[in-house]
This record gives sequence, structure tokens and C-alpha cells, in this order.
Amino acid sequence: MNQTAATTVLDIEKIRNDFPILKRKVNGQPLVYFDNAATSQTPQVVIDAIVDYYANYNANIHRGVHALSQEATDAYEQARKKIQTHLNAKEAYEIIFTAGTTHAINLVANGFRSFLKQGDEVLVSALEHHSNIVPWQMLCEVTGARLRVIPMTPKGTLDMDAFAKAVTDKLKLVFVNHVSNALGTVNPIKEIIDQAHSVGAAVLIDGAQACPHIKPDVQELDADFYVLSAHKICGPTGVGILYGKQEWLNKLPPYQGGGEMIDQVSFEKTTYAGLPHKFEAGTPNICGGIATGVGLDYMNTIGFDAIAAYENDLLEYATQKLKAIPGLIIYGTAPEKTAVISFNVGEIHPYDIGTILDKLGIAVRTGHHCTQPIMDYFKIPGTVRASFAFYNTKEEIDVFVAALQRAVMMLS
Amino acid sequence: MASIKEIQEEIIDEFSMFDDWMQRYEYMIDLGKSLPLIDPSYKTEEYIIKGCQSKVWVHAAMEDGKIRFTADSDAIITKGIIAILIRAFSGQNPQDIIEADTDFIDEIGLKEHLSPTRANGLVSMIKQIKLYAVAYQTQLNE
Repeated sequence: MNQTAATTVLDIEKIRNDFPILKRKVNGQPLVYFDNAATSQTPQVVIDAIVDYYANYNANIHRGVHALSQEATDAYEQARKKIQTHLNAKEAYEIIFTAGTTHAINLVANGFRSFLKQGDEVLVSALEHHSNIVPWQMLCEVTGARLRVIPMTPKGTLDMDAFAKAVTDKLKLVFVNHVSNALGTVNPIKEIIDQAHSVGAAVLIDGAQACPHIKPDVQELDADFYVLSAHKICGPTGVGILYGKQEWLNKLPPYQGGGEMIDQVSFEKTTYAGLPHKFEAGTPNICGGIATGVGLDYMNTIGFDAIAAYENDLLEYATQKLKAIPGLIIYGTAPEKTAVISFNVGEIHPYDIGTILDKLGIAVRTGHHCTQPIMDYFKIPGTVRASFAFYNTKEEIDVFVAALQRAVMMLS
Repeated sequence: MASIKEIQEEIIDEFSMFDDWMQRYEYMIDLGKSLPLIDPSYKTEEYIIKGCQSKVWVHAAMEDGKIRFTADSDAIITKGIIAILIRAFSGQNPQDIIEADTDFIDEIGLKEHLSPTRANGLVSMIKQIKLYAVAYQTQLNE
């Protein structure tokens, strides 16, 4: 899509009006929210959906015969279908609601305990968030499988030659994020999935950072698992989505025991419910699931192509502006990246920059972004990370750059 | 030597001269820059307090019944607050340090940096200062 055309397609003023939080002031200054990679803001339609649920049809689902329970069940299952359509999953029951991306990853990691043995290898990328490293380390400790790492290049991309060499008969599982949270790198997941499948290994894609910018097609990608968070796509916190291929979800043992996930229970033997209920023990986050669907509808109405093009425009604009600041180094310069800029200025500590920016009403993330291996690679304590969403503007970038220059002057 | 309370009052007085946060922060950054806080031989893993955001090193030594603290951080604003804390607590009796509070940080408008969720090592640093004081007080009592 033509980028300038896309810019004019988005009615930014209208979009910004959809987000009440964007009107607030922080430390006396108008809020500039550039921490979208941590969580997206919530449009009024999603807030309304949450209120509507509790005001009008709050009930437990899948078991009541009464009207409220039926309405709540319908709305919840409708949300599952919306997600199925969004990801282009074959079946709605391949979509499992979880408490978040981390929970979804742990559900899969836990399930693979029964499939791995000593001598097997699992492969994780050097660009992963701690939440996509630690569960696999725990899995390897229990099973005796070996955890190997796909290394990173100085540009912040994956070393695909090294990856190809690691694809052997021993390889059973690969975990890689679609987009790196610290650097914004878009990884070649289709290539990774195809190569891993050539030796029969399963692949889990962590889509938490990709989902606000990219609409994935899980069938075309042929991903075995794809996980994402509702709160990155204008939905509420506390809701994650696990897509799993039917074959895998049937094979994986349940993660938690409880109500809803059973077929028949006696003290001698319990048989488990079918998909997706097998993985949804207990009363789920009903309201959260429904609101997730509303958030997704909101973003799809704007359109992911238009969103990506607009954000890319912001990314290029901000990158050019930031590059003009003496001593500023951008980490992660992959040719394909989402609207995330991770940087440092000279020897100034990211915490100091973040503190001054906050005083000026600007929300950025500072620190190691739960990616210590990446920070170790660049030999830095952390970075300042500015991440943009479709409701941000070039004017906000100007405010941010001016504030950054002021901070640098104070701190140099 | 002035008491901890007196020093804290002094610091509050100094900060009351500033009209806005910018001046306060500039002053703190200057404090952070001007103080050679810790002997480099103590900037090791043994003396480090890890925060997710910035690191802090603290060392304590007993001289004539008083504790002398030295400390450092890799972030300058954190270092500025350390300079203020050191000024208040270093050279004091262990018992006085144990009993002292840190409310003056709130009064000079820097409370947010002492939030436990800020992960800049400062909260742990104050805890560490108190622990040193408890340890030295125990030695004195023996």
C-alpha cells in the first residue's frame, strides 16, 4: 500500500477521540504515550463493552440454562470466532483463551514435558523476551533436552545460517517471536517454520509484539502454535490467546485441572472435555474475552494494512529526527521492523532519560525490556524504547524529540 | 556533627529554594556528578544492589563508633539521591541510623524514586544502610 495514501486514510483526530486516556495530563503536560509495545491504550468501545457486560449480562458461561448465561456464553464464543477469523484458524476450538501470552507459553511448555527426552534439542532465538526463554529452560531441566540459541547479528536480526545448521534430527521444538519487543525486528517466521517442519519439529510463535501491527495467517504460516496478548491489541489485560493446531492441542495434556475441562469425573478416572474446554479449566475471564473481540473488531475496522503503513510512516519520521541528535545510537536496525525505536544517547543512562521524559509528560519504556541477553550482546545496561501506535502523531514525535534534547542537555 | 534530623532539615531548606522540578533535578544531577562516592575496588558484585533500571553499590566501614557509607550508581539521578542519603546517614551512630526515617525525600519532591516498584536499587540501598547499622550495633553491644 502506498504509505502517504494510508496516512490520509486514517482519520487521526477521530481515532484519538476514541481513546479517553489520550486527553489526560501527566505532570502537568499533555500525555504523549510512546509505550505501546508494553500495552496499548483502550478505546471507548472496549471500555463500554466491559461496562455493558457487568451492567447487563454478567453470568457464568457454558453451564447455566438461564437467559443471562446463554447471552454471556454466546458473546464469549462469538469473541472466540472473531479471533479465529482474525488469525485465519481452521476451527474456532483451535483458539484457547488464557490469562496472557506468558500463560499460553507455559501451557504449551508444560504439555511438551511428556514428549521430550534426553538428547532432544529445543531452539530458542536470542531475541526472546524472558517469558519465552524461562519456561523452555524449565522444560529442558525436567526432560533433559538441550536448549540451543539462534544467535543474533549486530543489526538485531537472527543469524539464519546458524539456524539452518541447528536444524537436525535432534530438533523437536522451536520458539521464536514474530517481532522482537526490545528491537522491533520482524523475524522470518515462515522460513523458520518451514525449515523446522522439514525435520518434524514443532514451532511456537510468540506474536505478542507482532499482533498490534501485523495480522497473521496461521494456516498460511503453518504455525503449530501462535500466542498473543489482548492488551496489546486494544483489549483488556489478563487475556491471552493461544492458537494451536488441532492435532497438537489434542495431543497435549491439560495444563490445569478443574471445572469446565472435564467430560466425566469419578474418583477412579476422569475423562477430559474436548477442545477448547480441555485447556480452559475454571471460570474464565468472560468479560475480558468478550472485550478482546470488541478491541479486535475496532482495529480491524481501521484495518491492519492501514495501521501498519501509518505506523511505518511514524517510525521513519521519528528515526530521521532521532538520528540528528549527536551521540544517539539506535539498537536494532533490521530492514523490516515494527514501530519501535530502542536507543541510548552517549553515556547517559536510560533511567535518567526516562525520568526526565516522564516529568515532561512522555511515557517511554526504559531498562532491559525483559531481554537481558540482547542487552548483554550490545554490552549496555538497557535502552530507552519509544514504541508507536496508530493513534500517535508526528506532532507528538516532535514534542518527544524536543523533550529528549532537553533531557540530554540536562544530563550531559 | 549535626544529627540526622538536622541534616535532613538542612537538605529540605536547600531544596525549598527551587521553584520547579527542573531546578531540583539539575541540582541533584550536579550532586551526582560532583561526588566521588565509592572506592572503585568496592564497585564489585559483592557490593551491588541490582535494580531492573539502575544499579547501586554500597559499602560501609566503622570508624570511631560511626558508620561511613560510600556508594555509587550507574544512573546520575539515582547517584544524586544517593549523595543526599549519604549526606544524611554517613558519619552517624548505628543506633541513630536504625531509628532514622527517610520522609525528607518525600518533602524534597523525590518520593517517586523511592517507590518499591521503581526498581532503581534505592529502596534496597536504604534497606542495606539499615542492615549495616543493625550489624554494627550488634557488634557494639557484644
